[in-house]
Amino acid sequence: MPHTLFDKIWDFHLVGQRADGRDLIYIDRHVLHELHAHHAFAQLEKQQRPVHRPDLTFAVQDHTVATRPGRDDDTNPSGTAFIRAMREGTRRNGIKLFDIDDPEQGISHVVAPELGIVLPGATHAVPDSHASTVGGVGALAFGCGTSELAHILVTQVMALKRPKRMRVRLDGRLGAHVSAKDLALRLIAELGVAGARGYAVEYSGAAVRAMPIEQRMTLCNLNIEMGGRSGFVAPDEATFAWLEGRPYAPQGAMWDRALKHWRGLASDEGAAFDREVVLDCEELEPQISWGTDPSQVVGISGRVPDLAAIDPGRRAAAQSAFGYMGLEPGAALAGLPVNRVFIGSCTNSRLPDLEVAAAVVRGRRVAAGVVAMVVPGSSNVKREAEAVGLDRVFRDAGFFWGESGCSMCAGGNGDRGQPGERCVSTTNRNFENRQGPKVRTHLASPATAAATAIAGRIADVRRLLSGAA
Amino acid sequence: MAPFTSHTGIAAPMLKDDINTDQIAPILHSRGLKEDYKAMLFMRARQRDDGSEDPDFVLNKPQFRGAGILVTGQNFGAGSSRESAVWSMLANNIRVIVARSFADIYRENCLQNGVLPVVLETADADAFTARVVAADGKAPFTVDLVTQRISGPGGGDIAFEIAPADRVRLLEGLDDIGLTLKHMNEIASWEQRAAAAQPWLQGANDSR
Repeated sequence: MPHTLFDKIWDFHLVGQRADGRDLIYIDRHVLHELHAHHAFAQLEKQQRPVHRPDLTFAVQDHTVATRPGRDDDTNPSGTAFIRAMREGTRRNGIKLFDIDDPEQGISHVVAPELGIVLPGATHAVPDSHASTVGGVGALAFGCGTSELAHILVTQVMALKRPKRMRVRLDGRLGAHVSAKDLALRLIAELGVAGARGYAVEYSGAAVRAMPIEQRMTLCNLNIEMGGRSGFVAPDEATFAWLEGRPYAPQGAMWDRALKHWRGLASDEGAAFDREVVLDCEELEPQISWGTDPSQVVGISGRVPDLAAIDPGRRAAAQSAFGYMGLEPGAALAGLPVNRVFIGSCTNSRLPDLEVAAAVVRGRRVAAGVVAMVVPGSSNVKREAEAVGLDRVFRDAGFFWGESGCSMCAGGNGDRGQPGERCVSTTNRNFENRQGPKVRTHLASPATAAATAIAGRIADVRRLLSGAA
Repeated sequence: MAPFTSHTGIAAPMLKDDINTDQIAPILHSRGLKEDYKAMLFMRARQRDDGSEDPDFVLNKPQFRGAGILVTGQNFGAGSSRESAVWSMLANNIRVIVARSFADIYRENCLQNGVLPVVLETADADAFTARVVAADGKAPFTVDLVTQRISGPGGGDIAFEIAPADRVRLLEGLDDIGLTLKHMNEIASWEQRAAAAQPWLQGANDSR
């Protein structure tokens, strides 16, 4: 019988079935962050339960770390206790920590793949809803809460209900300056914020195959924004080339053996999915969100929809979003003045994201009055970017160039906007108050964010680069 | 975890869809590890811009201040996986959330903490919502997990479905880790099998 990629990974990792009918799925790689781990460490201590596989567990400081150069534990005072508790908890439990000053510190979802900690066909868990970012290398990942985190620490398994299978086929070729971010935003707009709830989503099709691995990670990162816990792309030769030689990936003969296995992971011809979605990408333009959830999205040349054009069940939410965002139905997105631009987060902070943004920024200046920030996803990304002079490009243009972390994505480190500010952000959630009280967030790609910083207004990067804006 | 058998309380209507965990429990409410989960619940929505209490917010209304049941729309608990969005319910003695649907991770976090997530189908949800609105906090509802029924003012009992395994786990207040620890032998055998079949998975070492 033909099997999907999902079934192959799930079935291999099925340890057994619990008395309550849940499948026990082995977790190959578990990565913790400081915002949630301390609760679990305290719980384990109280229950006197040891960590079963500290050698398969890693930890990062990402959510609360300051981005200011020269930062330390105290730069963001509301993070200090979390950062120290993480250091103490990982030390006590023998878990490798990428601490605030570690040369490989960064956002868990950026660090795990770039170090080769997470691998094709592996299961992966993080106490963060964007865990499925690493689906971009063909891993099956699960975002989880703190109780599940503690459960994994003690047992190295998760007790799960088998999800249904969805395949999203993305046909065609992305146009110039159109990226995985635009594609994902379009998809969320089409399927809705709960469109993938209960499903494990496999992304396939020509547009996905053509994507560099970092873009596949952006695509999988946003899977949770349509309600899906796990999203992934079948690994291919591009994946293997990307992973080979990374420090925690298998080496030598073990690499060859792993490679042989990974080449058989893709869904078999004729494998059955519970739901199939097809989207043609050929005509897609850069996308931007106008509202307060990530399905409220239009093309960059589009307008805030009229109520009549919105599904009746979604009109109340739209009305509320109009008010919060300070927008009228029918208003054009392009041209709206902005106060702030943020480029970063687990969604869009890898080297190619920064390269795309830098190419737009190079030789230009951030518009007067706009606060623009770039925060690399990891200290590795930061160093690589600096090695090719991207920091200079951004700094010369008037951007802040920060130390790596989650930063303004959720504002847990104190990087926030001021009330009423309009912010174009390469992050994943435009929820009310997320980037600061009353901050109006528009989600977009790094190219759109960079173009917007230069123009001082929401901008179509294609027009900016052609000199039309 | 405290067992859940039944819960009687005032039902507060929060009739919106897609209420996310940023709204339920904002990130980093206070400095330090000991957070005030009671104050955290819907912290931003409770306040007006000047920091004073918003009298129009449902949980600030006198009749809903002590609500024990939250009644809401589709996709409740979307967004971040932060469990504080459930702990803040517990800290306010909200032990039942009745929704048209839940986000996956949030629902799991509820089960882990003895909060009962009830999903009602459209017709029942419409009827129950109307009764909750009509009751306006004047009389409580009872949600009974043993009989899987909701009772209260304005009509007869409403039956609800829940996966048998989730029901038993809540009824008995089972320790989730304890349940799995019974399988440690199977976990050890799996590790041996994996070490033979895909050895790269059973070790994660820095090759440098």
